[in-house]
Amino acid sequence: MAPIIAISGLSKTYASGFQALKNIDLEIRRGEIFALLGPNGAGKTTLISVICGIVNASAGTVTADGHDIVRDYRAARSKIGLVPQELTTDAFETVWATVSFSRGLFGKRPDPGHIETVLKSLSLWDKKDSKLRTLSGGMKRRVLIAKALSHEPQILFLDEPTAGVDVELRRDMWQIVRRLRDSGVTIILTTHYIAEAEEMADRIGVINKGEIVLVEEKAVLMRKLGKKQLTLHLPRPLTAIPAALAAYRLELSADGCKLTYSYDTQDGETDIAALLHDLTASGIPFRDLHTDESSLEDIFVSLVRRQ
Amino acid sequence: MNLQAVRAIYRFEMARTGRTLLQSIVSPVLSTSLYFVVFGAAIGSRIAEVDGISYGAFIVPGLIMLSLLTQSISNAAFGIYFPRFTGTIYELLSAPVSYIEIVLAYVGAAASKSIILGLIILATAWLFVPMRIEHPVWMLLFLVLTAVTFSLFGFIIGIWAEGFEKLQLVPLLIVTPLTFLGGSFYSIDMLPPFWQTVTLFNPVVYLISGFRWSFYGIADVGVGVSLAMTLVFLAACLAVVHWIFRTGYKLKA
Ligand SMILES: Nc1ncnc2c1ncn2[C@@H]1O[C@H](COP(=O)(O)OP(=O)(O)OP(=O)(O)O)[C@@H](O)[C@H]1O
Ligand SMILES: [Mg+2]
Repeated sequence: MAPIIAISGLSKTYASGFQALKNIDLEIRRGEIFALLGPNGAGKTTLISVICGIVNASAGTVTADGHDIVRDYRAARSKIGLVPQELTTDAFETVWATVSFSRGLFGKRPDPGHIETVLKSLSLWDKKDSKLRTLSGGMKRRVLIAKALSHEPQILFLDEPTAGVDVELRRDMWQIVRRLRDSGVTIILTTHYIAEAEEMADRIGVINKGEIVLVEEKAVLMRKLGKKQLTLHLPRPLTAIPAALAAYRLELSADGCKLTYSYDTQDGETDIAALLHDLTASGIPFRDLHTDESSLEDIFVSLVRRQ
Repeated sequence: MNLQAVRAIYRFEMARTGRTLLQSIVSPVLSTSLYFVVFGAAIGSRIAEVDGISYGAFIVPGLIMLSLLTQSISNAAFGIYFPRFTGTIYELLSAPVSYIEIVLAYVGAAASKSIILGLIILATAWLFVPMRIEHPVWMLLFLVLTAVTFSLFGFIIGIWAEGFEKLQLVPLLIVTPLTFLGGSFYSIDMLPPFWQTVTLFNPVVYLISGFRWSFYGIADVGVGVSLAMTLVFLAACLAVVHWIFRTGYKLKA
């Protein structure tokens, strides 16, 4: 299937001379949730802004659902909804008015029924007549999402949707995003909560200093780059790691009851078998064992550090 | 043509006027009434007639122009500056609207407001002085053209301005003086010859002269020249707006 967004050779140099995006090539698949990770200033917002038409690209092309975002901006933009990183709303408008305004702006006929559905799905219905300045930050965030959904976009950009949002609302957001994906909307989100990407995304892209350093299926990524740890629970505490086991990367817990072995999944399993064999040979019994996969966070940190 | 968008922006802007009714309508009407009291009644009683017209009636077109110019500029400037200031402009930039639609909506709304305002002031004036309008169609033409032209001008200022002071600067430091010196309160040939010549470099002279002609059939310069000058200024503003959107000047990084 053709990608819903195709970015090729995209660069952006701001008027200050700073190059925020460097020759980006990226394809977003139809119907996926794509999480874009990257440290502050990596270029996430810039990338989204170029695609949405808020920032001019310096070089390269982007198509949205086959439409060039510059030459055919009308068709491209009407497919896209954007929830910006900053909480920018009018102050004196009501929730209902501002969401209806967005629908009109995107060229859609008024449809109170649809606006009602959107507001209800975001738990904003009882606030529909409230002025925006009377809303809390979390509610404003929902209003921005409602504005973006008002015109029934096929592609939704969420730039740090859960920044400064409490735990409950974050779960709500995840729920909303999943429901949208189930209804066929492609979602591109940026986040600093790696757990969020791990929880939500189908694929993950990492951007650092204006360059895409990695794009991978989340599951593959976790498997490929994941470090695993094997923890052995010992019935009798050890005072030190026996010399016979010195060849392994072992760590002994402070109380001497847990022995942790770190290994790379790409190295195969031979090591574990050998370790367990040597352990038994040295006369060290174990009560239980379990393995941990390293989190995406570890992967992310090691990627960004490596640069 | 994304007419839904034009309508949405237009209605949004008109609703804003509704909320700021005092500032948008009441205060210009009040200040115009004060001008009538001070210039028309108090001072005007000492000035017999200008070009055969009572002084009170003579200043009406100029007063309407004064409000029309300043209000067109500040309405349009504020309309586009405010979303830039708050950041809500992101939505406009990401929407499937052409710049012609954006201009149509914002300038259309600002011009509508000042046309309504001009008519209200005209009606107010009627309460103070007896008047006649010899060429009502021309009167409306000048009213609309001026409102549109200066709303465009205001739109440009709203995009250029980086703070609220700059937003006030042009209307305050340039437009108001030019209007006062542009023959709002006197006929150009009441000036010494040298100043008459200087005055011809003031574009507002042509607007007021043409507008006054549509009321009383008298003018400082030919009505054709007035119309031509208005159209030249309109064209200049359109050219600047075109350039702004082509380059993304101050709108897009
Ligand atoms: N208008 C601008 N002019 C000049 N430089 C800019 C402009 N906007 C952004 N930048 C720079 O471009 C870089 C990328 O910014 P961007 O906002 O895209 O980062 P980000 O990945 O979204 O960061 P964050 O996680 O903090 O939101 C930063 O170094 C920023 O300072
Ligand atoms: Mg950002």
